[in-house]
Amino acid sequence: MLHTAPPLLASATGDHPGFLSPSGVEIAFLLVGLATLGAAVITVTTRQLVHAALWLVVALGGLAVEYLLLTAEFIAWVQVLIYVGSIVVLLLFGLMLTRAPIGRSPDADSGNRWVALGVALASAAALVWVVVDAFRTTWIDLDGPAQGSTAVTGAFLFRNWVLPFEALSVLLLAALVGAIVLSRKRNTDTSTGKGKSTGPTGRPGPIGTPGKEEQR
Amino acid sequence: MTTTTLAALVPLLPFLGALAGLAVGRTAPGFVRPLAILPTLTAAVLAGLVAVRQGGGRAIDAATQLTPTGSVPIDLALHLDGFAVLVAVLVTVVATCVQLYSTAYLRDDPRYPSYAALVSLFTSAMLLVVYSGDLMVLLVGWEIMGICSYFLVGHYWETPEARAASLKAFLVTKLGDVPFLIGLFALAADTGSFRITKILAAVANGGLEHPTLIALLLLAGVAGKSAQFPLHTWLPDAMAGPTPVSALIHAATMVAAGIYFVARLLPVFAASGAALVVLAVMAAVTMIGSGLAALAQDDIKRVLAYSTIGQLGYMSGALAVGDRGAAVFHLISHGAFKAVLFLAAGVVIHAAGTNSLAAMSRMSGLARRIPDAYWTMTVALLALAAIPPFAGFFSKEAVLVAAEHTALGDRTVAPAAAGWTILVAGLLAAVLTASYAVRLWLLAFRGRGAEVPDHGKQPLAMTSVLWILAVPTIGFGLTAGLLGDWFDGHALTPSLTTAVLATGVTLVGGLVTFGAWRHTTALAARTPIGAVAAHPGAEPALVEAEAMTSHTAAYGTIADASDPADPGRLLLGPLHRHAVTGFHLDALYTALFVRPVRAAARLVRFLDREVVDTYVNGTGTVTRLLGTAVRRAQTGNVQTYVSALLAGSLALAIAAVVFANVNAGS
Amino acid sequence: MHLAYPAVLAALLFCVGLYGVLARRNAILVLMSVELMLNAVNLNLVAFDVWLRDTLHSGQALTLFTIAIAAAEIGIGLAIVLAVYRNRGTSDIDRLRDTAETDEAETLPDTAEADGAETDGAETAPDRADGKTGKTKKAGATT
Repeated sequence: MLHTAPPLLASATGDHPGFLSPSGVEIAFLLVGLATLGAAVITVTTRQLVHAALWLVVALGGLAVEYLLLTAEFIAWVQVLIYVGSIVVLLLFGLMLTRAPIGRSPDADSGNRWVALGVALASAAALVWVVVDAFRTTWIDLDGPAQGSTAVTGAFLFRNWVLPFEALSVLLLAALVGAIVLSRKRNTDTSTGKGKSTGPTGRPGPIGTPGKEEQR
Repeated sequence: MTTTTLAALVPLLPFLGALAGLAVGRTAPGFVRPLAILPTLTAAVLAGLVAVRQGGGRAIDAATQLTPTGSVPIDLALHLDGFAVLVAVLVTVVATCVQLYSTAYLRDDPRYPSYAALVSLFTSAMLLVVYSGDLMVLLVGWEIMGICSYFLVGHYWETPEARAASLKAFLVTKLGDVPFLIGLFALAADTGSFRITKILAAVANGGLEHPTLIALLLLAGVAGKSAQFPLHTWLPDAMAGPTPVSALIHAATMVAAGIYFVARLLPVFAASGAALVVLAVMAAVTMIGSGLAALAQDDIKRVLAYSTIGQLGYMSGALAVGDRGAAVFHLISHGAFKAVLFLAAGVVIHAAGTNSLAAMSRMSGLARRIPDAYWTMTVALLALAAIPPFAGFFSKEAVLVAAEHTALGDRTVAPAAAGWTILVAGLLAAVLTASYAVRLWLLAFRGRGAEVPDHGKQPLAMTSVLWILAVPTIGFGLTAGLLGDWFDGHALTPSLTTAVLATGVTLVGGLVTFGAWRHTTALAARTPIGAVAAHPGAEPALVEAEAMTSHTAAYGTIADASDPADPGRLLLGPLHRHAVTGFHLDALYTALFVRPVRAAARLVRFLDREVVDTYVNGTGTVTRLLGTAVRRAQTGNVQTYVSALLAGSLALAIAAVVFANVNAGS
Repeated sequence: MHLAYPAVLAALLFCVGLYGVLARRNAILVLMSVELMLNAVNLNLVAFDVWLRDTLHSGQALTLFTIAIAAAEIGIGLAIVLAVYRNRGTSDIDRLRDTAETDEAETLPDTAEADGAETDGAETAPDRADGKTGKTKKAGATT
């Protein structure tokens, strides 16, 4: 409402410095970005599963900093709260419940690794080429009031996006119920009292069975 | 009703009878016999009425066109002249007699309903040929007869002879029908019509551009249908069918169609002297060859079959000298006495329990058991041998007179060479005819040996028709003076020269055979021979089928019996061996046509199985191999799938971007 | 700030996550990689929202939604992984190959099951007594 001027017009005016004279924000963004990318790479390559989750915390935290640098402070805090605070914790619980080995596990990567590497590198090359080619002469104007402050966010969220926001709560409820149903143990088997609680197939269960001890 | 309506009803009634017989044959067996006889009988009465109304006067023509059929129109046309109405009377009378006879002859046959319906259909098809004024409609009847003969000759399909014979009859006649069809088209192309009247008018105006070619093509079909050399070989084998069917085929329908066709279109043939000479040579070879072969046959029905071929040779001869009146005259009288001969032969086979003349010559008292057949057959054999005053004498004289006139130059329709050929061959054939007729009679009825067992009286339905048909056999010839008016108008009465000559050689042939028989009959007692088979008390058709089977079993062949008491063996001498097999024509055809065709079929089979099928199977194998290879990609590993999916979409995205840039740049 | 910085960073993060999804064996690690990919998208959304100065702030709103959906997704995903682990004794993705084409799959299902029952005769009885012989047999063959 306040800034109706098209950003492209601003970029076309040419009053921005080039790559060779970066501003402080840009330097900070670049450094944090490198750290984030490094953490992400370690996340997908480390052989220690718990370390991967911890490096994921670093990467997600780095992204929160990037959001701050982009003046989207509310999203940054949400990122920290939900991703770092809950999702990673959830993942760690998952690792524990599936008896993931602590320490180096030699088979963390599947045989598909080299194909994956090829596809990922090709995708990266293509994407970077296209993105750089497209946004070579585009600058973000970070001056003025912060665009993602809590006040602004609250305003647009409950003024313009309230209906999707409420729908999202239904989604979360459905996910909650679904997760409970999926992870619940079979009551029928335990109630009839025959066999083990690991389901009808008699496969080695997660509790009290030595089926996967060698992975430990 | 007008004459045209009556004439249209004549072929229609047996056709409807055949349809009704086929429809109710299984559900209501009681209606089958009336449905077989009554339509044919009514058709006979109507045909007689049509003949009386037409009265040998001007030809009645009627035509209706159902729908335009292209450049050459096809009409439902009737062309009723003296030939048509008289032949129709013959056909219907003989067919009625055959239907009556069949009720007794096949009285216990489970396939009688279909048999009777096919006989009716056969009759209807022949009547269509006789009355039709349009060659395409004529061809329809012509081909229906071919398929009916296939079914009827194969009536005893349990026996291998009948199966082979029906196939042979069908294939050989079709072999002739192919050039026949081409000839019809050529004729229509030249004259611009299928209507007989228009064709004849065009021929009279000299509108025929390729007379020899057309005549020869048509002659091929005629030779196949009328069993002329060299396509006659199906007829003796067709004896594997029931006797009434043989009577029908030989006397009135199938074989008569070819002669009748040439008679109708005689001007077309007369336009080409070469065609007439070919026809004459064909007729001469047929006459003499069949006479010799008939003298050597052991099966009584095969003797009659070869005699039919010979008599058809006479008719062809009459046509070759351009006298269709004589040809149709002989056709009608031959139809009468040959029907008697075959139907009587059926009775003889039933009474004797065998079809072998050698076996009959060792039985006595056959004549006393079946007096009706004995007397009618005697009369018919006399007519066959052309002894005056029976019908065969007059009609054969008409042929010989026409040949004599042509030879001496009194008639100029045909070349003199054709006349001489027919005259000489006809006299020679007369000797042979008398000879085999006498041989047949002596061997069948004058045998010596054990008494024939009594199987009871022959059914009235079988004996009565013999006497009905014996009437024209005896008396038809006396109408020769009147018949000329019904035909082309010139006299058909015998002349003194040929009458004396022909009767003389006939008597010589008969007496020589009688002498030979007196000489050889003493041998009969010394070499016992016998192929009597069958359940003698069973229905005649079953007896006949079993007799044929046992004939092959006893003598090794259907045609021959190693009987030294056979006068034919003495008369023919070294020729006998060849005459028995029909002068090895079958072997020749086997070597010339059957074996190459079979070899070609084997080649085709080889190509199909080993070459074509290899490609087909190869397609399947390659597909399976490809499927196996593709199946390897289905590893079940989701990561592989996603990798392939992403790589593919990446490639597509890059391609899209590159093309967008290229297009934008250009 | 130059727009290429966040855009390139997002692209690289996305590809790193892609690599993780394709290369990691443990299902939970795959889920982590998915989170990386989602975050790359979030970064893009925020950066472009800030650049465009959208009055509705669609980008930031969608980022919030994405985070919520990611939370839901991780909950459901972990539940599924746990269920699979409980049934199969493993959470390795490349060992879950029930849909693989095998030579046995070529025969009819009935005969395949009958054959499987015969050849499995030496195995333990509970394996066959539950009526899912073919499925457990395949799982046994792949683990």
